[in-house]
Amino acid sequence: MLTFNTQKKITTKFAKPLLIAGLLTLGLTACNDNDNDVPPPVDPPIETPMEYSYSVTLSNLTYAQPLSPAAVLLHGDAKMWQVGQAASVALEKLAEGGDNADFIALENNLATAMAEGPTLPGTSVTVNITTMDPAASYLTVATMLVNTNDAFAGLTGVDISTLTLNQEKSWRLNVYDSGTEQNNEAAGTIPGPADGGVGYDSTRDDIDLVGYHSGVVSKDDGLPSSVLTQAHRFDNPAVKLTITRTK
Amino acid sequence: MKVIKKSPITSTLSVLALALASSSTMAQDLSITVTNLTQGLYFTPVITAAHTSENHIFMSGTMASDELQAMAEGGSISGLSSILTNADANINENPAAGLLAPAMSASFDLTNDSTNTHLSLAAMVLPSNDGFVGLDSWKIPEEAGTYTLFLNAYDAGTEANDELRGSGAPGEAGMPVPPPLDPLLGMNGTGVTDVESNDKVHIHRGSLGDSDMAAGISDINNSVQRWLNPVAKLTITVK
Repeated sequence: MLTFNTQKKITTKFAKPLLIAGLLTLGLTACNDNDNDVPPPVDPPIETPMEYSYSVTLSNLTYAQPLSPAAVLLHGDAKMWQVGQAASVALEKLAEGGDNADFIALENNLATAMAEGPTLPGTSVTVNITTMDPAASYLTVATMLVNTNDAFAGLTGVDISTLTLNQEKSWRLNVYDSGTEQNNEAAGTIPGPADGGVGYDSTRDDIDLVGYHSGVVSKDDGLPSSVLTQAHRFDNPAVKLTITRTK
Repeated sequence: MKVIKKSPITSTLSVLALALASSSTMAQDLSITVTNLTQGLYFTPVITAAHTSENHIFMSGTMASDELQAMAEGGSISGLSSILTNADANINENPAAGLLAPAMSASFDLTNDSTNTHLSLAAMVLPSNDGFVGLDSWKIPEEAGTYTLFLNAYDAGTEANDELRGSGAPGEAGMPVPPPLDPLLGMNGTGVTDVESNDKVHIHRGSLGDSDMAAGISDINNSVQRWLNPVAKLTITVK
């Protein structure tokens, strides 16, 4: 059972700038508002924009589900998917085919990075991401379990603004189903090495709502038409995700 | 023989004293959202209650009460509701006004008396014989904030998991099949099992199902109505 408290907002990160701002309230307010009636401060300090860097590590906890190249995004307060909502086409492409290009290119992204290749079972990958934008304080990570129709693991819209330097936070990720493709496990529909089939198909023939995945059945456990075997079964959690603020 | 007779005046006074005592301590306002995380299960009417630390509506490893059995086998929460009422719990019933469909959420507010420090929740999961999603006596934090809990599916241990269309009445075999589920289930299954050898509440082992909608061992569709835990998310905002 996972419990966390998301009440504390940006306070920690902005504690210092706010202090400086407090000393120069008049002057800074004038600058921001372009209010020419108030004279600018005599000697305005040159503020170097702060750089935020994070190291994001994904560990594949499954037996035989390679993970597609993970997409790592920083953005403002938003969720890239939600249980009970239809998946975006960008997410559908990632979840059905492991193709993260559209997801990385989403307009709201303020910083992006990706893993260079797939992450095999039992291995980990670390992706570094850097931004100067203080608004880029929400994290999204997504990766497909490639020996499935449309399963993905990820985390979206998590507030990381309270992370202090070298602080680490980790999660064990459950597996979502994008709801965009039936879990028929049929030959030709699974892009991973178990099949080598088609990834993204624009037809939506499932419930078209994101939810949690029910697991794969496989031909060894009662779905004779499945191209998957007992080896491709998985359980929650499937991925361990760790983020460390490095700068 | 000892006879204690209270004068009406004394008892009225003590009731007044109690009322004053309880109003002088803080109640909490909770805003709660329950999300059905699955894509293939329906939840029957959800019951949520804040109660004292001594109360439980279920406990793993113990026998289900008759009231829990009625909820887990047929989705009826009236029995749980009356035992909770008798225990002076703060109760919310049926926030989705019926079944909570796959991937859907229901939200409600609950104000708990200061003595009702623990939260529990239950709803039957369909299709199943006696499966339910549950939260057993979670201590409500005193600190304001938003808390997220992930809930697992339990088996009440009161009915064999035959996975066949049947009855929602306690003690009767088979699974109840309300309208939205009817076209989604298979039929004419031969039955997965007719024994329930673990008669204590336990984590549900999941449904087996099969891929044959007109025959086979089970009336559950194995590529749609299986699940992995967790099956529900509970978001609780303590104001």
